[in-house]
Amino acid sequence: MAADYATLKAGGFMRQKQKDMFSMRLRVVGGTVTAQQLKAIAEAAEKFGHSYVHLTSRQGVEIPFIRLEEIDEVKDFLAASDVQPGVCGPRVRTVTACQGGRCCPSGCIDALEIAEELDRRYFGRQLPHKFKFGVTGCQNNCLKAEENDLGVKGGMVIDWNREECIFCGVCEKACRRGAISITDGEIRVAPDQCNHCGRCVTACPTGAWKGSEGFLVSFGGTFGNDIQKGREILPVIRDRETLLRVADAAIDYFADNAQPGERFAKTLERLGWESFTEKMLNAYSG
Amino acid sequence: MAEFRITDTVDITDVVCPVTFVKAKVALEELEEGEILSIHMNDGEPVQNVPRSIKEEGHRVLKLIHNDDGTYDLIVQKTEA
Ligand code: HEM
Ligand code: SF4
Ligand code: SF4
Ligand code: SF4
Repeated sequence: MAADYATLKAGGFMRQKQKDMFSMRLRVVGGTVTAQQLKAIAEAAEKFGHSYVHLTSRQGVEIPFIRLEEIDEVKDFLAASDVQPGVCGPRVRTVTACQGGRCCPSGCIDALEIAEELDRRYFGRQLPHKFKFGVTGCQNNCLKAEENDLGVKGGMVIDWNREECIFCGVCEKACRRGAISITDGEIRVAPDQCNHCGRCVTACPTGAWKGSEGFLVSFGGTFGNDIQKGREILPVIRDRETLLRVADAAIDYFADNAQPGERFAKTLERLGWESFTEKMLNAYSG
Repeated sequence: MAEFRITDTVDITDVVCPVTFVKAKVALEELEEGEILSIHMNDGEPVQNVPRSIKEEGHRVLKLIHNDDGTYDLIVQKTEA
């Protein structure tokens, strides 16, 4: 019987150069794998593979050297410990994330929670070509948001309260963008210099700066054969509902307009950014 | 600065991050609760980061003074957690 390689690939089994051997890709969300899952993965690698795993460049885990005839068995074995196969081919791939505000002192958003939401909504969705989401918790950009077709970067929307300010001058220097100026009892922020990093909020000794969660979204990033940096074309997004509305509109645009085998960056280049930007602004405004 | 009764001063312009913070922290440990330390630091990384680290340790930052020579004095009141 001839193996259906396309179906296997869609289901996360990538044909190796060695005959009838497959590298099994696992579903990982936001780079988080539980201890229980790790144990099952280790056991599966020993039992069905060559006793090692490969960590991919996008937080994926693969078990190489799975034999064609054992594919169903290894799937069942892993499913018992809540480990699902991943995907390959023209669809939404692993959603990546840094640890974000759960653990990191710089984190402005709960990156993992956002990644889980995006994964629930889009993972595996069939599209004209692969589509990658990545979520990074702040401007430090450890997760490199702009290398994804759709990147989300956490930020803070800041607000200053005069009553709590002691005019110590710390925020003016903590801001690396030179956006804050303090003159005689007044603090001003230059809006086009502020990148929503939230450093003023974390540095302020009195809590005079308040920050609420914000999202900076970039579109059309790709870092393979061709390298393009995703572009931020929208103002900071202030709530998750809007974030998801924008993500829906972007992925629908890709589904409707991309040619088969064309990455998002190429589609945007071919059709021009203007009409796409207009659509995104509409989604942004609701 | 007459408005603060400074108990001690520490110069961290001779070290780089992260030792800047370590040196300031050690100086704060010498003080009693409520006493005030003036930390002399350079522009750039130290002034961007040390005030925040001091705050995260639970001390009270009172003032950041800009000196004419491009250095800064951070006035901190020791506060026990
Ligand atoms: C290559 C040499 C060294 C490195 C890279 C180093 C690095 C560090 C780091 C990263 C910390 C933690 C700072 C924090 O609390 O976040 C620290 C703390 C400290 N280090 Fe070092 N250190 C070095 C040598 C030394 C030496 C030689 C001494 C003393 C003679 C020293 C005394 C201290 C003290 C007193 C603390 C503060 C402990 C505390 O209260 O947390 N260090 N050091
Ligand atoms: S991007 Fe920001 S929140 Fe995420 S790990 Fe890096 S510093 Fe922390
Ligand atoms: S850091 Fe906070 S207290 Fe100090 S000047 Fe800025 S807003 Fe005011
Ligand atoms: S959020 Fe960042 S860039 Fe904006 S004013 Fe605060 S420190 Fe400056």
